[in-house]
Amino acid sequence: MKSFFRMTYPYCLWIGIFIVAPMIMILLYALTKTTDNSVLTFQFTLENFARFFNEPSFLRVLLTSLRIALVTTVLCLLVGYPAALFIAGRPERTQTFLILLLTLPMWINMLLKTYAWRGILEDMGFASEVKVLIGMVYDFLPYMIIQIHTAISKMNRDLLTASYDLGANRWQTFLKVTLPLSVPGIISGITLVFLPAVSSFVIPTMLGGGDYYLIGNLIENCFVHTGQWNFGSAISLIMALIIITSMRLTKKLDREAQEA
Amino acid sequence: MEKKRFSRFLSGGYLALVLVFVYLPIIYMVIFSFNDSKSMLNFTGFSLRWYESISKDRFMLESISNTFIVAIISTAVSTVLGTVTAIGLSKSRRLIREVVLEINNLPIMNPDIVTAIGLMLLFTSIKITTGMPTLILAHVSFCTPFVILSIMPKLRQLDDNVAEAAMDLGATPFQALVKIILPQIYPAILSGALIAFSMSLDDFVVSYFTKGEGLNTISTYVYTMKRYNYTVNALSTIIVVVVAVVLILVNLIPRLMEKKANKEEE
Repeated sequence: MKSFFRMTYPYCLWIGIFIVAPMIMILLYALTKTTDNSVLTFQFTLENFARFFNEPSFLRVLLTSLRIALVTTVLCLLVGYPAALFIAGRPERTQTFLILLLTLPMWINMLLKTYAWRGILEDMGFASEVKVLIGMVYDFLPYMIIQIHTAISKMNRDLLTASYDLGANRWQTFLKVTLPLSVPGIISGITLVFLPAVSSFVIPTMLGGGDYYLIGNLIENCFVHTGQWNFGSAISLIMALIIITSMRLTKKLDREAQEA
Repeated sequence: MEKKRFSRFLSGGYLALVLVFVYLPIIYMVIFSFNDSKSMLNFTGFSLRWYESISKDRFMLESISNTFIVAIISTAVSTVLGTVTAIGLSKSRRLIREVVLEINNLPIMNPDIVTAIGLMLLFTSIKITTGMPTLILAHVSFCTPFVILSIMPKLRQLDDNVAEAAMDLGATPFQALVKIILPQIYPAILSGALIAFSMSLDDFVVSYFTKGEGLNTISTYVYTMKRYNYTVNALSTIIVVVVAVVLILVNLIPRLMEKKANKEEE
């Protein structure tokens, strides 16, 4: 059985080629300029980063992406929290059933669902931002609900009884017991919504009717249409850094919240 | 009591609204796939014309078959690779295990688009033309981490002594693996495979950057359509039905087998 550790060898090779090497490629492209995007013409430069930070229009795209992601997260939290709370208040079998109902649509391809939203929202006269937000909230809401529900349902029910016995009403019990105990769920819900929302570009493209140009679209454009791979790699690197930093931060917050 | 019933009614109403929101696009695509006219909001009459036009759209048919070919092959490969790796990791030194799991987490934490362009840069820089093979490689590389993550916790619960006992009784390590370890972690392998399959079916971003020209999956085909195409509703409806049937079968078969086993015992 000791020799079973050899079974990891193929995957070690695999991650070297398909996970580590691609990351190194992005780093290399971000730090160089090339002719015709060819690896053979790498020339070290920091131009790509300078270009991004010196051009106000690129920074504006970054800010718009962060803003859309933030609003999406807040909306998911506002809509999702009560839903998670109400689900957790039902008998166990109903809870399982409701969570199942929520997760079933996740099996249908996201693009097809967004396409249907395009049809639904077509003649409703909404501003593009509203359409984009509906699409984004739709896509991410189940993740938020499931994370918060898991946190609430793990909570010890006796705490609620104790709180009522000590004279607290439902509202006080919610504020002082349920809400603080669901913070880990809220935090992981936020991570699961905000981070992918920052880089999403499909929903804004399909529902925003070209009005929405987010950081994901910028990257797509560099690689698919204008062939600026070096610049595109630099932007991806900046975005990945923002995302990984905020993930580390939320993890730290989460740990502190649990210790408190 | 009256107050409690009222708040239950309110919370039930809220949950119903959330569920309506979640199912709205699915209901929409099913209903409008049978619509007679080219209208997105008025249902003018029942017809099967959009289903007929799928069968005439060669590109759509191709993208459907590509999607399933890629999903089936990459699920199979990533399930085997993930299972083998997870078992190996559970017997590896702690340092190696942690390093591999940390790297394994990268595609899960990274935004899809970063994974996608990384793979695209890799393929083009080593001069591999993008196409079906690169598409499958890319899918395997983002599905396998999920398979590993779904199997690892189950392996941690395993009692090593059982496999040790089997080998003391003369089983080869391979026999211990197949007869002792695999049957115990089989449910985790199955759920890992299901996750891989759904991730692959759902993917757009990675496919978009690694598929190469002229090749499409359902997602990339729908994305590149400039004008609203009513045929998509019919396609979506077929997929809803297929997914529903698969999910029912996956949930029903183990139960039926259990019942059968129980009957035989009686």
